Formats: sequence, C-alpha cells, structure tokens
Amino acid sequence: MWVGGVLLVGILAIALLAPWIAPDPTGQRDVVATRFLSPLTTDIHGFFHLLGTDRLGRDVWARLAWGARISLGVGTLAVLISSGLGLAIGTVSAVYPRGVGTALMALTDFALAIPRIILLLLLAALWQPSAVLVIVVLGATGWMPIARLVFAESRGVLARPYVDGAVGLGASRRRVLLRHVMPNVRTPVITASVLGMANAITLEAGLSFLGLGVQPPTPSLGAMIASGRETMVNAPWLGVLPGLLLILTVLALALVSDRARQTAVG
Amino acid sequence: MGSHLAVRSLRGIVVVFGVVALTFLLLHLAPGDPVSRLLGPRATPEQVEVQRHALGLDKPVPIQFGRWIGRALQGDLGTSIATGRPVGEMLMAAWPYTAGLVTLSLGLSYLLGVVIGATQALTRKPAIDSALTVTTLTLFAMPAYWLGLLLILVFTYGLRWLPAFGAHGLDADFLTPSGRAYDTIRHLALPLITLTLIGIGGIARYVRGGVVDLGNAPFLVAAAARGCTRRRVIVRHAIRNALIPVVTLLGLSLPALFSGTVFIEVIFAWPGVGLLMVQAVSARDYPVVMAATTISAILVIVGTLLADLMTAWVDPRVRIPSARA
Repeated sequence: MWVGGVLLVGILAIALLAPWIAPDPTGQRDVVATRFLSPLTTDIHGFFHLLGTDRLGRDVWARLAWGARISLGVGTLAVLISSGLGLAIGTVSAVYPRGVGTALMALTDFALAIPRIILLLLLAALWQPSAVLVIVVLGATGWMPIARLVFAESRGVLARPYVDGAVGLGASRRRVLLRHVMPNVRTPVITASVLGMANAITLEAGLSFLGLGVQPPTPSLGAMIASGRETMVNAPWLGVLPGLLLILTVLALALVSDRARQTAVG
Repeated sequence: MGSHLAVRSLRGIVVVFGVVALTFLLLHLAPGDPVSRLLGPRATPEQVEVQRHALGLDKPVPIQFGRWIGRALQGDLGTSIATGRPVGEMLMAAWPYTAGLVTLSLGLSYLLGVVIGATQALTRKPAIDSALTVTTLTLFAMPAYWLGLLLILVFTYGLRWLPAFGAHGLDADFLTPSGRAYDTIRHLALPLITLTLIGIGGIARYVRGGVVDLGNAPFLVAAAARGCTRRRVIVRHAIRNALIPVVTLLGLSLPALFSGTVFIEVIFAWPGVGLLMVQAVSARDYPVVMAATTISAILVIVGTLLADLMTAWVDPRVRIPSARA
C-alpha cells in the first residue's frame, strides 16, 4: 500500500525538519497565561499554537515534532543493534551447525521465551533511565526473532547449488558465510527490521509512559501521553495527539514492511 | 505424544530456571542498594552492615541465589522490603487477577479475531475487506495504555457508565454476593475491552492471511466438486485448516499479551502481577521483583505449553512424529 510510504515519508520529514518547521519545544514564557491553550489559538504574545500548549505553556506541535524525532531515532538505533545481532547469530548458527550453532540457537530459543516486557522493566528500572539505555536495552532484547528468521533463511541459502559450487571450488566456511549467505538473506532482514522498528518505537513510548524511558524535558511521545493523562478531562488533546502520531508512525512502518515482504515474495 | 509433552515440560522448567537466574544476576549487577533505601539516608555504616548481614546480602551472589531457590521451593519467597508483607501472600492475591484478565481477553479476542479475519477473506465486497483491514491494522498499531485512556475518557468521564480504577468499588465489602459480582464485572469491563481490542488486530490479520493463502487448494476444489455447498467448504474445510497457524499463534502471542497486561494494569490500577511488578521495580523491592518475574515466566511458559498441546490436538501432523520429517 502506497499509503504507508506516504505516511512514513511525511513523519520522517516532520522528524528531520523539526528544528526548522517547529518552534523550540522547551520554549515557555509566562506560564500562567499561556498554559493549556486549546489547539488553533493565539497566545497573548501573538504566537499561534496549531495544536495548543501543555501545562507548562510549551507548544504541543513543537513537542510532537521533536518527540517524533526521538521516537524514530531511538527506534532506528535500537533496530540497527538488534538486526546486526540477529543477522550475525542467525547466519553463524546456520553455517557452523555443530557446537557453536546449536548453542546459539538454544540461547535464542531461551531468550525468546522470556516475556520481553519483564526484561525491559528490569533493565530500564535498575539503571538510571536515559535515551542511550533505552536504545541498548531495546536492541539487546529484540534480536531473537530476527536471528530465528535469518537462521531459517540461511539454511535455505546453504542448500542452493551455488553454495555447493563455491565449496567445491575450495571456499572456506568463512567465505561462504560472508560472500554467499549474508548477502542473500538481506531482504528478509530488512523487512523484519522495519517491523522491529515499529515494535521498538511502541516499547520506547511504553517505557517513557511508565517514566522509565527518555527523561523530561526531552519530549517523548510516551511521556507526553503520561502527562496528558492527568489533565485528560480538561485538556484531552495533550494525551490524545501524541497517541495519534504514535499510531500513525507504527501503522506506516507496518504497512511498508508488509509491502516489502509481498514484493520480495513476488 | 507423551515424550513430546515431557520434552517440552523439561524445556519449560529450564527456561523458568534461566529466567530466575538471569533476574537474580541483573538485580545484583544493577547500581543502587536496597538496604540504603530501606534504612534511609541517615543510617550509619554499622546499621547498614548489620542489615546487610541480616538480609544475607553480604554473601557471594551464587550462595544468595542458592538460598533463594531453596527457600522458594519450600514456598517462602521472602518479605517485601517496601511493604513488609510476605511476598508469597502478595503474589497469591495478585496472580488470579492477571490470569483471569488474560484468559478472558484471549478467548474474546480470538473469537472476534477469527470472525473478522474470516469475514475479510470470504467477503465478495472489497470495500468491507479494506475497511476491516484499516481497522485491524490501527488496533494493531495502538498502544494499549492510550486506548485505555480514551475509553476512560469516554465511558468514565463522559458517559459515567463504568469505573476506571481498581477491581472493586470502595463499598465492595458491604455488598451482597451478587452485588459484589456485578461490581467486579463493572470494574473488569474497561480493562477487558481494552486488552481484547488490542489483541484482535493481530489475530484477524493472521486468520485472513491463512484463509486467503488456502485459496483454491486442491482439497477445497475436490470438496466443491463432490457437491459440498460453499458454506460447507468454508466452514468444514477452509476455516479448519486456516485455524492451525492461529492456534500456534496463541502460544507465540502470550508474551506480547502479558506485556499489554502490564500497561493495562497500570492504567486501570488492576491489582495483578503486572502492576505489582512495575511498583516493585520502581521501589527496588528485590524480593517482590524476583517473585513477580518468576511467576510471570511460569504463567507465560505454562500458557505456551498449553498452546503447544492444542496445536498437537488440532493438527495430527504435529502429533505423529514420523509425519513431521
């Protein structure tokens, strides 16, 4: 569906261009007069607030744009870690099936059986919460499905005649791993990574919602929903808008991943 | 079949043990000391030392771990640092709430998900399929806590129909048994609806995919050729086969469902294991974190095992090892 692509490009544009298209997300003046302005109002200083202001008089549109930046940034970096780990573990397990491979896949199965949220809560709560910790934790708990997928795909690649040909010509396992297996599993890895990114963004927002993720005053969609919760009745837009942006982002990534998989299958 | 079950159970026990060991290790690697939190900033070093000794925290980690396992196997999970209550008691009070919420929501979301997914795959109107696809995808993308907040906004603050916090009203102790049941159902409504709606998305997508993939599989064409009505082909042949991966999904979706439950419990103050876990983690209440992690791992793994058995029950190919090749 092209809708996903358009959405994703739009959200990426907002996130990347945040410094130019949105005012300073920490900017506040005259808190009492400018807080809780509803969307589409102009404050006493003549500033127009497209999506209103929060309880500290900060512009919601600016915070959303910067929040999207944080979400996508954290999601991308976390997925780079988890996909890298998954790719390495999956291909190595397939190419070295005895010993190392068996041990790695057993580890994967074990890690897959632990509810991810438990690990996230433990890791995020026991160390000082920060964006870097969230990225590392999401990366370290997200590689298992990718490793499984890559393992299955790599087994398929290893059964191909060109691998037999390469081995017949004297290629080492290492060469088979790097030159034949890795390049040929890239498509499923990319598809799975896009979906993994959607998951990472959801979880980052969840952790921030619980106060265990990105810390204020850095705008984060999850933390914005959490603080909107307290003023839900009188200023519902504060909780509703960041949730909508979050849904659109995850939806766009899911649609793009779906589309990519269908194209890859043919 | 028997050996299949035995192998899976054994593996489940190993995983639970691994989770417990990992949690123990992580808790001890993490900065922050439960003793200084317990005694407050004015404690003298001697007091801290005495307390550390009393809690056994001055011993090497493997010995502490062995002691914890030994006591846990005897049913003693220690005392909560934050509340002073026995951890076992807190968990015994909490786990039925989580298990009940998860089971009910799982049943409801599967029922609705299968109906929606099958409708999508079988309808002859593309508009219906597209509309339902957009709906299920949106539900799939929606954070549970956000949906929960919206529902609270509408049904609690707007319409004033349903309570949004806790599992019982303040007057629950003074109600008749039937009144109390009604009170519990009213409190359960919003968390259950939220968790169910969140779950429907993935299931419907899976069922739709499964039925569409079957397409005109030879056995469906054969059934139609034998004179089965379209209805019979769909209900007896297509949906039955499409359900096999859905049952497998049941086991795989349990950890995610548990994650959803954690947020739902926090939003609705539902007194289950998830809420206990979040509170204990923020308070660094080690004994409670250990026990809550263990019990969650056990719940998830037992659930996965049951889903596994169900797969074997609906799919003879899993049951008979020779056919698995």
